[in-house]
Amino acid sequence: MCQVDEEYHDQLERTDVLRGCFKEYFIHKFRAMLGKNRIIFPGEKVLLAVSGGPSSCSMLSQVQEGLSQKAHKKLRFFPGIVYIDEGGAIGQSTEERQRTVSELEVVFKATGFPFHILPLEQVLDLPSSVVVMALPPLEQPPSAYKAAVDRFNQTCGSDCLTPPEKQKKSLPDVHESHTQLLQQLIGSAKTLTAREDLLNTLRQHLLVYTARTEGYSKLMLGDNCTRLAIKLLTSISLGRGAQLAQDTGFSDSRYGDIIAVRPMRDYSAKEIAHYNHMFDVPSVLIPSLETKTSEKASIRRLTESFVTKLQTDFPSTVSTIYRTSEKLQTVCRSSSTDDHSDRCLLCLCILDTAVEKASAFQATLISEQVSQTLFLGPGIPRQNSGPERPASAASAGQCRSLSGGEDCGRATSGGSCCSSAKETINLKSLLCYSCQLTIRDMSSVDHLPLYIMSEAQRRQRRSQMRDEISEFLLNDGV
Amino acid sequence: MHHLDATKPRIIYESVLFFSRGGAELLFNGVKEHHVTLPSQSEPWDMKQLLVWIQRNLLKERPELFLQGDSVRPGILVLINDADWELMGELEYQLQDRDNVVFISTLHGG
Repeated sequence: MCQVDEEYHDQLERTDVLRGCFKEYFIHKFRAMLGKNRIIFPGEKVLLAVSGGPSSCSMLSQVQEGLSQKAHKKLRFFPGIVYIDEGGAIGQSTEERQRTVSELEVVFKATGFPFHILPLEQVLDLPSSVVVMALPPLEQPPSAYKAAVDRFNQTCGSDCLTPPEKQKKSLPDVHESHTQLLQQLIGSAKTLTAREDLLNTLRQHLLVYTARTEGYSKLMLGDNCTRLAIKLLTSISLGRGAQLAQDTGFSDSRYGDIIAVRPMRDYSAKEIAHYNHMFDVPSVLIPSLETKTSEKASIRRLTESFVTKLQTDFPSTVSTIYRTSEKLQTVCRSSSTDDHSDRCLLCLCILDTAVEKASAFQATLISEQVSQTLFLGPGIPRQNSGPERPASAASAGQCRSLSGGEDCGRATSGGSCCSSAKETINLKSLLCYSCQLTIRDMSSVDHLPLYIMSEAQRRQRRSQMRDEISEFLLNDGV
Repeated sequence: MHHLDATKPRIIYESVLFFSRGGAELLFNGVKEHHVTLPSQSEPWDMKQLLVWIQRNLLKERPELFLQGDSVRPGILVLINDADWELMGELEYQLQDRDNVVFISTLHGG
């Protein structure tokens, strides 16, 4: 915050000057963030993911500011808004959900941008293409941005930006059965941490699907600096160390054709709260899974509590974490985009589980294996653990079948190893480490939506086929 | 009515408290705006006392989500007449008649 602003804020006669100063600074930061990164080209369609909370509503207000006629260096893209109603997952009644939606509709209509309001239940009907990384657009040389801007200014100038046909899509009716399915799915995860993770994954899928079907090439997310600092530390605790750059960076290109950007990442939660209060930015309070939960209810809550408490005594905590995250970059492995088995089925990040022998990941597998062996005990016949007796750590978990994820070493289940069933899906091999942990936390994977399971089957079949014909494939360097 | 002390003017603290934007209102039955009149006392009211008063009279549930020790929980922004309370002395700030106090939770939502 502007230092001058802070010191003289309480002197009434200077209030207007200082409010102006703060507002300029705030608006400038948004433009600078977009301008510096040069990712959004003129005329592009950008989907703003608004959750109703202060950050995303502030982002919406900044986009409005940026597109307004009187703006200095106007923004040049076509925005649309999407709101995903998650009330079904957290047990809200239909009336409550409708009330929230009505409040938000008022806010969205006032902007004049096209908006889409979707219930999270729609995620159950998605096609499996949503978890497949699409082809990225052609690589543009750095000079292309400047050229595109010049071209845009020459041909259209500032009059050209007429918004496309306004589509109003308010909350479609949701079947009670769908809501129940969703609740069952979320409920099958035992810990709040896993539920949050699952909910995030589903939400992301629906956002990407919406962006694709409605023709948007960019997705704007409203994560602020404080949230991202918390997310960084939480991700490390969740085992998402390999994906930090994409989870917290400015741009996230894991989906291929849609790039997610985080223009609010330079604003602290406090700044946003001040701005929203001072300039009457409307926001709607929507409870989440974690509302009113205790400090230790989930890993994220604990991290949030840790960071915010530390921040009160050491005000540079959040910015230090943020600056650290800025230094992270995605390592571009030259995996072809056709080979989808390289990516996690749920989070679409590159798999971090194909590593060498002396790695931390292998160590966790070995301790897992050791603790299973101890559990089996001496009296239980070894044959029940099936042909996949883990000789090497890599095959640990082979016995985890589709139905139940239970260790088939338990003698009471009787019979042979369940992996003898034809269509057993070994989900673990298709997931990154932290997504594996989330799935493992679920009592049953039966409730996972069809699109995830059918894509899992497809990948597994391809992988099996590849193994079968591997002898006949020509490999480089073999 | 208490007997008025002739040497000290009686100050009625009539304030508007807002618990808005960001979820703080959830702890107060969803009510965002409260007009309160604090009981008169010989010493001026300060923020520390106000918080105690709020806990006793307004806070409906989960006090630990609003208060921590003597002060508000980290993550809750307090504005006194639209100025950050850190500039006004935080807990030591002495309330005046018709002060506006706003509590904004910065943690909820995004």
